[in-house]
Amino acid sequence: MTDRKAEMAEIELVIGKILRIGVIVSATILIIGLGLMMVHGGTGYGEYQFPTTFTAIFQGIGALKAGAVIMLGLFCLILTPVLRVVVSIYAFAKEQDYLYVWITVAVLVILLIGMVIGFIKR
Amino acid sequence: MQQIILLLAVGVIAGILGAILGIGGGIILTPVLTLAIGLDIKYAIGASIISVIATSSGATIAYLKDDMLNLRVAMFLEIATTVGAIIGALLTGVVPTGFLFILFGAFLLFSTYNMVQKLRGKAAESQKGTTDQWAKKLNLNGTYYDKANQAQVDYEVEKVPAGFAMMFGAGIASGLLGIGSGVFKVTAMDTIMKMPLKPSSATSNLMMGVTAAASATVYFFSGAILPNIAAPLALGILVGATVGSRIMQYLQPKWIRLIFIPILFYMGLQMVLKGFGVQI
Repeated sequence: MTDRKAEMAEIELVIGKILRIGVIVSATILIIGLGLMMVHGGTGYGEYQFPTTFTAIFQGIGALKAGAVIMLGLFCLILTPVLRVVVSIYAFAKEQDYLYVWITVAVLVILLIGMVIGFIKR
Repeated sequence: MQQIILLLAVGVIAGILGAILGIGGGIILTPVLTLAIGLDIKYAIGASIISVIATSSGATIAYLKDDMLNLRVAMFLEIATTVGAIIGALLTGVVPTGFLFILFGAFLLFSTYNMVQKLRGKAAESQKGTTDQWAKKLNLNGTYYDKANQAQVDYEVEKVPAGFAMMFGAGIASGLLGIGSGVFKVTAMDTIMKMPLKPSSATSNLMMGVTAAASATVYFFSGAILPNIAAPLALGILVGATVGSRIMQYLQPKWIRLIFIPILFYMGLQMVLKGFGVQI
């Protein structure tokens, strides 16, 4: 029981770290974007127009457009839970809890399938 | 400028409530975005999805640190919610949603009744049931420290297959109907699997981020997420969720339940009526 507890503590530590990094990185980018938006008085794009491809986003960031910076921050925010699942696989493997390695791999695969289906359906 | 401040403030409130109750906060955000700001429902849903992820990540940091959530339960049940969400998204436009709205709405109303019973029943929320063989096999039983009662609470998880099935349904509901990312999760853990309310809420917080991430990428690349709306909202929520996840631990489970019950009742009623074609 104590072993299992120590294992969970270790895994929780790793996952907590990745979440904290993800939140701090995305929040920082979002604050910069929001600051730019207030300085420029707009997103740098039309009212319902904003970049949705990586090329457009990075071009926009190069031009210091608030909308593009914010979109990058939002993408980092979306990516954080996915990274959390990836890191969990590693953490469970390190603790040799193979049942949960497989369960977490299954979650990741399903997640990726969902994203692919989403792209096709859009 | 005014709009940014309004969105930041709404975000903070939604984040606090979302973190405490383990829900995405769409129930608070959608009316504000559509009615107060006049946003198209498509963009309101896009903003709600971002909010779910922000609530989840913001709240989970504290819940992990304080050992409030049940990581194994989350990982195991995520299989059910993610598969359900995909199937739900695929069934959009194929299956008539009226029947499903009534079905899931009825479940929420039943859960409302159940929660009221629990509120009126024993003061202690924890209970030792019969040991579930699945819970044993999957190491699901857990423990948490209740800061409000200053006591370590050990709990056993019951009816794992039924909970798994309900989570599958919850996934379908959120994929197909676009609502209830957290409400169904909390009620499934609390009502069916007999987990205490606090770990149920904390675990739901962790899970809903993953379920939402899959659909969020679709919304992101299809242009349904407005940067000028989502940025202040997400920042407000991150702050709110951080605060809320700390408040929750000092709240008596009874009070969390008291806040939860009206929301549950309202959502259940709304869904059943929607199933019959009535909008409220």
